[in-house]
Parts: sequence; C-alpha cells; structure tokens
Amino acid sequence: MADIATTYNEETLVQELGYDDHFHDHHHGDKYQSGFISHYIFSMDHKIIARQFLITGIIWAIIGAAMSIVFRLQLGFPEESLAWLKPVLGKWIVVDANGIGTLAPEFYYALVTMHGTILVFFVLTAGLSGTFSNLLIPLQLGARDMASPFLNMLSYWFFFMAGIVMFYSLFLSTGPFSGGWTAYPPLSALPQASTGSGTGMTLWLVSLTLFVVSVLLGGINYITTVLNLRTRGMSLWRMPLTIWAFFVTAVIGVLSFPVLASGFFMLMMDRGLGTSFFLSDIFIAGQALDRVGGSPVLYQHLFWFLGHPEVYIIILPAMGIVSEVLAVHSRKPIFGYRAMVYSILAIAFLSFIVWAHHMFMSGVNPFISNFFVIFTLIIAVPSAVKVFNWITTVYGGNLRLNTPMLFAIGFVSMFISGGLTGVFLGNSTIDIQMHDTYFVVAHFHIVMGVAAFFGMFAGIYHWYPKMYGRFMNETLGKIHFWGTMIGAYAIFWPMHYIGMAGVPRRYYSFESFDAFKHFAEMNQFITVAAIVVFAVQLLFVINFFYSIWNGKKMKTKNPWQATTLEWTTPIEPIHGNWPGKIPSVHRWAYDYNKDEREFVPQYVPLEEGEVGDH
Amino acid sequence: MSTGFIAILIVVILAVVVVQIGKISDLAAKIRGEEEVAQQANDRTAVWMVGFMVLFLIGTIWSAVYYKDVMLGYGPHGAASAHGSEIDGMFNATLAVTFIVFFITHVLLFWYSYKYRSREGNKAQFIAHNNTIELVWTVIPAIVLTFLVVKGLVAWNNIMPDVSEEDEYLEIEATGYQFAWDIRYPGPDGKLGTKDFRNINPATNPLGMDWADDKAMDDIILGGSDKIVLPVDTMVRVRITAKDVLHNFYLPHFRVKMDAIPGLPTYFIFRPIKTTEEYRQELRNYPEWKLPADETDPESLPRWKEFNYELACAELCGSGHYSMRRIVEVVSREEYNDWLETQNSTYMTTVRGTDDDPRKGQLLDVEIKERALELKVDFQNALDSEKAEDKTILLKHVFYNTGSAALSDLSKYELDNLANILNANSNVTVELAGHTDSQGDDDTNMELSQTRAQNVMNYLTNKGLDASRLRYTGYGETSPIGDNETEDGRELNRRTELRIISQ
Repeated sequence: MADIATTYNEETLVQELGYDDHFHDHHHGDKYQSGFISHYIFSMDHKIIARQFLITGIIWAIIGAAMSIVFRLQLGFPEESLAWLKPVLGKWIVVDANGIGTLAPEFYYALVTMHGTILVFFVLTAGLSGTFSNLLIPLQLGARDMASPFLNMLSYWFFFMAGIVMFYSLFLSTGPFSGGWTAYPPLSALPQASTGSGTGMTLWLVSLTLFVVSVLLGGINYITTVLNLRTRGMSLWRMPLTIWAFFVTAVIGVLSFPVLASGFFMLMMDRGLGTSFFLSDIFIAGQALDRVGGSPVLYQHLFWFLGHPEVYIIILPAMGIVSEVLAVHSRKPIFGYRAMVYSILAIAFLSFIVWAHHMFMSGVNPFISNFFVIFTLIIAVPSAVKVFNWITTVYGGNLRLNTPMLFAIGFVSMFISGGLTGVFLGNSTIDIQMHDTYFVVAHFHIVMGVAAFFGMFAGIYHWYPKMYGRFMNETLGKIHFWGTMIGAYAIFWPMHYIGMAGVPRRYYSFESFDAFKHFAEMNQFITVAAIVVFAVQLLFVINFFYSIWNGKKMKTKNPWQATTLEWTTPIEPIHGNWPGKIPSVHRWAYDYNKDEREFVPQYVPLEEGEVGDH
Repeated sequence: MSTGFIAILIVVILAVVVVQIGKISDLAAKIRGEEEVAQQANDRTAVWMVGFMVLFLIGTIWSAVYYKDVMLGYGPHGAASAHGSEIDGMFNATLAVTFIVFFITHVLLFWYSYKYRSREGNKAQFIAHNNTIELVWTVIPAIVLTFLVVKGLVAWNNIMPDVSEEDEYLEIEATGYQFAWDIRYPGPDGKLGTKDFRNINPATNPLGMDWADDKAMDDIILGGSDKIVLPVDTMVRVRITAKDVLHNFYLPHFRVKMDAIPGLPTYFIFRPIKTTEEYRQELRNYPEWKLPADETDPESLPRWKEFNYELACAELCGSGHYSMRRIVEVVSREEYNDWLETQNSTYMTTVRGTDDDPRKGQLLDVEIKERALELKVDFQNALDSEKAEDKTILLKHVFYNTGSAALSDLSKYELDNLANILNANSNVTVELAGHTDSQGDDDTNMELSQTRAQNVMNYLTNKGLDASRLRYTGYGETSPIGDNETEDGRELNRRTELRIISQ
C-alpha cells in the first residue's frame, strides 16, 4: 500500500499548482498562539477548538449517560436499595428505617430532564457539530482557519459557560430543572408547580441562552467560511459531503435557534416579569393566578420550530461523516453524490415545516395536522434515497472493515431501524396511541441518539490521526463497536414492545397501573444492557485518552489514502494548516478506483480527457 | 467509604486491563506483520457482520412473535373503542411495509459488507451514480408513502372531528390537576354547567363551578376514587381541561389521548364497544391472563378477572405524574342508567343552602314538589299515630320576613298544600304553634311567635277554611327542640308547627 501513497508527489504538486496567499509572510513565528494559554485554552486555532469541543462533549456524555444509568436502575430494579448512591446523590436518595434507599421522584424527573438536555444540546449538537465542523471545514476546504477565529473561540467559551451554569444547577438544594428537556410551560413557568421549576429552571434558561449564542457564533462562522474561504478550484459541487452536511447544519441552526431563544425570552418574562405569554386560567398551590390570555401551546410551537430542525442539526453532520467514511474505506466514490447533496437540502428544507408532528395530541386543530403528516412522511423519501445510496456505496467496494467503517455501517443500520419507526409516528393516526409512549423513546434514541453517536464515533476513529497524530487502538475499537451495536439494540429494541403495550414514557414507577406493570423483566434486561453499554463507552474513553500519548504513531500524512485536503497537512499540525501554499483543487472528492489509480486526491490535476466532477 | 474505594479500585484495574489488551494487540500485530494481521482481522470482522445480521434479524422476528400479545390489534391487546381498530389497522399496515424495507436493507447492507470485504488483489468498482436506479428508488418510496399518508389521513379525519348537531352523545368532563383527575357528568339535562378557575376553592368548589348556571345544578362530580362509568355503544365526548399544568387524558385500551391544557379546553370523541366484562371474557383465553393477579399470592383471582380499563396521564406534569390513575368501567346502557340513578347532583348534596349557593333563600321547583309529598306523608303519619308526641308536625317551608311577623311569599306553597290537605280531612281540628329562639326579650318573643302563628291561621282562613277548625298559639322560646347556644340549634328553634287536636 505504501507505494500507492507515493504515487503523487504531493509536496511538488502543491508547490507547483497551489495557491499562494502569502499567509506565512505575515505571521512570522506564529506570534498569536505561542504561549500555553493562547495555544491550548483561549485558542483561536480551529483544530484546537475542535478538540476542546470534543473533549468537553465527552465529559458531558459521561455525565449524561451516568444519569441515565441511575434512572434506569430505578426503572429496572425499583425494589433494590439505592442507598449506596447516597454518598453521591445525598438527600435525593431517601433511606427508610430498614436502610432501603429509594430515588426521590423529583430527582428521577430531574435526571431524565438533564439527560435529555445534556445529550441533545451539549453532546450531540456542540460535541458533534462543534467538533467536526471546526476540524474539517477549514482543512477540507483548503482554508487557513475559520473566517473569524475570534468568534470561533467565543463560540467555544459560550458553550463552556453554558456548561458551567448547567453543571452548577445540578447542585442546587431544590435540584436542577425537572420538567422534561422540552420545558413545557406552565410546569416550567411556575415555581409552585415543581421544585425543579425554581432556581433550577432559571439556570436552565440562562445556560441554554448562552448555548444559543454559542451555536449562532459557530454557525455564522461555518457558513461564512464555506462560502468565502474555499481554495482555488473548490467549487460547491466539489466539496466533500461532510462539508455539505456541516454547511447545511449551520444554516438550519442559524435559522432555528433564534426562534427557540425568543421562546426562552418569553418564558423568562412569564417567570420573572409577570407576563402571560404561556399562561391562562391557572389555579395552583391554593391560588387562582391573575395571569390570563396566554397559551401554553404557543411555547410548543416556538420550541419545536427549533426542536425538529434540531434533530437534523444532530443527524446531518453524522450523515456527512458517514458518507465520507463509507467512501474512503470502501475505496469507492459515494454513490449518487448529487442526490446526496439534494437530499440533504430537501431534508433541511422539510425540517422547517414539520414541527407540529410533535404536537398532534397537544390540542392543535386536527385539520392543521393533515399538512404536517404529509410533509413529515415526505421526509422519508430523501432519507430513503440516502440509505439506498450508502448501501450502493458499499456494493462492489473493497472494504476495510476497521473501526470507523464499522461505525459507519452501524450508523446506516441504526438510521434504518430508527427511521422506519418514524413512519409510524409521523402518521397522526398511529400517533394517537403511540404519542409519549416508550415507542417514541425507542424511535428517537435509535435514530438521533445512537445513530448520531455512531456517526460521531466513525468520525473520531477516522480523524483521530488528524487530531492527535496517532491512531486509536483497533482491538479496543472493535470491542467498542460490537458492544455498542449489540448493546444499543438490546436497550432500545424491547422499548418498542413496551410502547406498543401503551406504557407511557417519563414514569417513575409502573406499579400503580395494571396495564403498565407487567414488564418488570424487560425493564431489568434493558437496565442491565444499559450498564454494559455504559461500561463499553468507558472503554472508548480510556482508549481515547490513552491513545493521545501512547497510540500508534501516524507515520505518513495520508494513512487512509483519502482524496480530501486534510490529509495534505503536516503530521505535526501547524497554525495556518499548510506550511507553504494552499493546495488548489482540480476534481471532486471521490475519485477512488476510477482507473488504474487506486485513489486520486483532489489536488491532482485532471489528465487529458478526464472528467473531474460527477 | 470502603465500597466507594472498592468501586474506584475496580475501575482502575479495568482501565489497566483495557490498556494492556490494547498494547498486546498492537504488539502481536507488529510481530506477525501488520498487513497480514489487518487482512485476517478484516476477514474475521466480515464474518461477524454476517453473523450479526443473521442473529439480529432472527432476534427481531423472534421477539415480535414472542411479544405479539402486546402488539396493537393482536391477541388480548385489541382496541375497546370503535375508532381503535382503525388505528390498529394503520399500525399493522405500516408495520408490514416497514418490516419489508427493514429486512431487505439490512440483508443488503451486511451481506455487501461481507461480500465486498477487502481482499488481496481486489479492486473496487467505480460506480459514481446511476440515474435510472436512483429514480426508481425515489419513486417507489414516494408511492408507498402516498398510500400510507392517504390511509392515515382518512382515518385521522374520521376520528378527530368534533360532534355535529345531529349526533347523540354523552359528554363528560375530565379535569387534570397535580396529581389526579376530577370527572364531571352532565346529569339529566345532558349539559355541563359553566365553570371558571377564579371560583375554585379546593375545599368547597374544586372545579370552580358557577353554581348560578342552571346547567350546573344537576352536574355530578365523581368522588376521587369512584370509577368512571361509561355506557357501551354510546358516543362519548370527553371535554378535557386542566387546572394547573399540562396533563394528558390517556385511555390506552380505547386508543384515546389528548392534552389537558389550562385555559384551552380540548376534546376527544370515542365509542366504547366492549364492556369491561366482555373484555375480561376475551382476556381469559390467554395464558398470561390466567396467572394470579397478585404474583406473590397464588390463591388470588386470575388476572383477567381483575382487569380494568384505566385512565393515565401522558404529559409530564411534575413529580407525581406516574400516579394519576382512575379506573374506567364500561357497562351496558341499562346498567349505566341504573348507576346514574344512584348518583346525586353535587350541587344538591354539597352546595344547596350553603353560603356558596346563589339560590339560598329560594325554593327550587323540585324542592316544592318534594315538600308537597313530604307534607302529605307527615300529616297522614300524624293522623295514623296513637302517640301524642307524633301529632305534631313541622311546617318546614313557612318563612317570615326578617324581624317581622309577615309571611314571606315563599310560604304560600307550604300553606296552599296544607289548606288542600285540611280540606280533604274536614273533621280534623289543628293548632298552629309559633316558636322562637332564646335571643332577645322574652315578652317580645312571645308576642312575635303569637303574631306569626296568627298570620298563618289568617292565611288559611283566607283560603276558605273554617276558623273553628283552627287555633293559634305563641310559645315564644319556651319549648326549644335545638340547642340555643349554637346557630344551628337556634335555627331549629325558630319554627312553625302544626298539632292535631282532634280527628
């Protein structure tokens, strides 16, 4: 294989044909990022910021997943004592006279709420999109850095502050917010309604407002960079699908997060200033409130106007990564490149006109639901096209079944399994019964939880050498993959059946209902599977941090023999990415096994009669 | 502390083991030649892919068969409402379509992963795109989805519209609050009275009823643990409201679910098609329903006998969200009517005559009617009795204007009835007796009671009764029947009585 990598003298080609922006004439000695603090902490280098997002995301993922283990223990083993958790959870474990400790219901709901908030926003939005958009947009486009490195730095630190505020809220005496990650008023608006709706909710709102700022700063940067800083020859139709996905994700984020913010501001005013945007006809805690004329449903509209695009903000980057990883390790072009781009655009467009499918049973006019059913199920078409294209990409390939490839294939499986249950839920008729049951929990965990994680893992294993100059351990990676693949299905597949039986989500206990209490064994099985999967993720964490210093070293610039530009930068990353000129681009990103050549990088000029785009 | 220490120790040891596994595999690869090891690992992984696919697909099918009894529309999990089978049918149509897609795509994905694994000398094919095949797999899903959308929306637009004027239906109201449901029936008029959250008083008026509304007078608010009783084969419109935060009115067996929103009443319309008893009879055919209801007590009744329809909350509403259960019982229409007979109007039983009663100091038609019958019976009993103390009856509906001896207009019903009774029993002579409580001056009380009794007699003689059959006496405060120390007792003492002297 080594001889193929040297087929092109990349140094020569870049120097001869590259684009000279005189970058290094101005930045002698890299003055900006020489000290420890400016290099590693308040860094403006997109590669460092990417790693900051990633490691912060990993820490949050561990916290969020650990929370799910605690509430799964309550659901799977309600009779067992949780007194051993008292040192960690303190008063939220109520120990009775016999020494049996039980999880307080308020804290169960706080855990469920925090798990959702943390995983959706901090891990799968910031950790996924923040990491890979930052790492890959400049590198794959041939840019020295982001359009505004300063805003990029701010983007990370706003995210960091959001995390600090949320983390602090975990330790409040009244507990963190406990009204569900969607934070529907009036429960979230009235401190009388729940202990978590007091200071916990205030901090939740502050934290997520900071988070919105982070997303917007990041998103504006990604969009500007993609539009303005592409290297010579990198037309839009030559961009790798990763970049297309990150670009469209950023557009969706910039359009939808402000709507969420407006909902948050109204909620803050309802909480603090006595307005009634979302309140009407309420009698609570022995008192009729003098707050009339608002509608709780309005908040739901504002929330889901972000909330639905949000699931595509999570899944599109994963799709982009998977497209890239599948092509590289299949040694084939991605099948139907243009169809893939158009389907990303179609999904992005449709994601804005389907939000009320979360609200079929929320008291909106049933007639309106007709439109949302139609648009929702139309999304299945571009989604199906993507799946077929991925499978066809694998077809006829020469597959390296290494860890990133396994996670990419696993992603496709998860996306199919979780996507198909969306066809049930998007149909309002079925949603009458399935809404807010475990069927929904199974659906979204598989399609946007596990699948997005698979995309993220594929990306981490694939670009780890680019980030750290070393490889993660393959054996551990494969254990990680199989443990997660089998384990995730073991957790979420049975939930479909519990949901079909009608069991509602967000129940602390099923004991009081005859219809819901007969799944104790299944709940135990799910909990055990969740613990195993959690342990397997710790394996990944160990592998990740151990390999930063001790992994197998990357000896060549382009270990995967990929065509994209990030593999032309030096093994030891430098500020500005390329030591001399920026490579210029002559073809699309997927010339694998096109002719006698195993792969043709984007910087290689076209030969006579050769077509560079598809 | 020691358990914490052991836990940390275990984690550390595990981490060390993990790192060692990683190191060994790296070392082994180096010794045996990385390329060769990579090739072997690739082949092995490819086999595992196929193995996983086979086990996964078998697992999904096996689990579906194993859990068929919880699937919508199968076995014991049938819908108990008319529209429910439409939902179940839609679910199963979607299940059929999606399972085919799931199966085919998974076979292809994993089979190709195995078949096209990297091998020495192999070369991948360059297939960038194929417009024909892409068109095919865009159009086919579009057609299938059109079918599902149309089928789904037809069902949706059958199920969701509100009642129309010609519909005959029973309307009940469910009000969710932290953490229970209040259920209200409209009573004989079939109409629910208005309510306003500002009227709510947790002790006396938990729903905030407007008792001045005539429609509210016969409304029945069920007690906290009462079953919700519904007639079978009757269209039921549930008006769904909430007092404090969002709730969701969820009847899993009836495929009913709708948010309860403060300030925005919603509704769901359904028709129960199986009584609780019929549903139980269907369940008894399934082995799992023959098990004892109480797992710890083998002597307990079988599960099917203990089965009940249930109401649950399906929208997170706070820390007690999981406990908002009520039992729903569906019965035949006759049984429903019998049950309804036994239910009392909440207004009449808990509000009438209290300070909350807007009709306090007025007589309702129904009360006049009932009192007329009661007076007749009391009078007859007094005639029939041998004992002297039974010869006195209380004239409950004789009222005077406050502080005066003049009869209030409301007294005419009682006195007209009395005149009729005395006309029918022309040989009876009676004494009309006035009594007061102990407040105020003795002489004044005596005089007042006398004048009042006289006014009653004058009313009766004006109605044509012979004055010789009547006499009147004022007893003042001399013969109390209640405790003059309490307001309730004093109210009992202020009274007008009739005593039969001869017959």
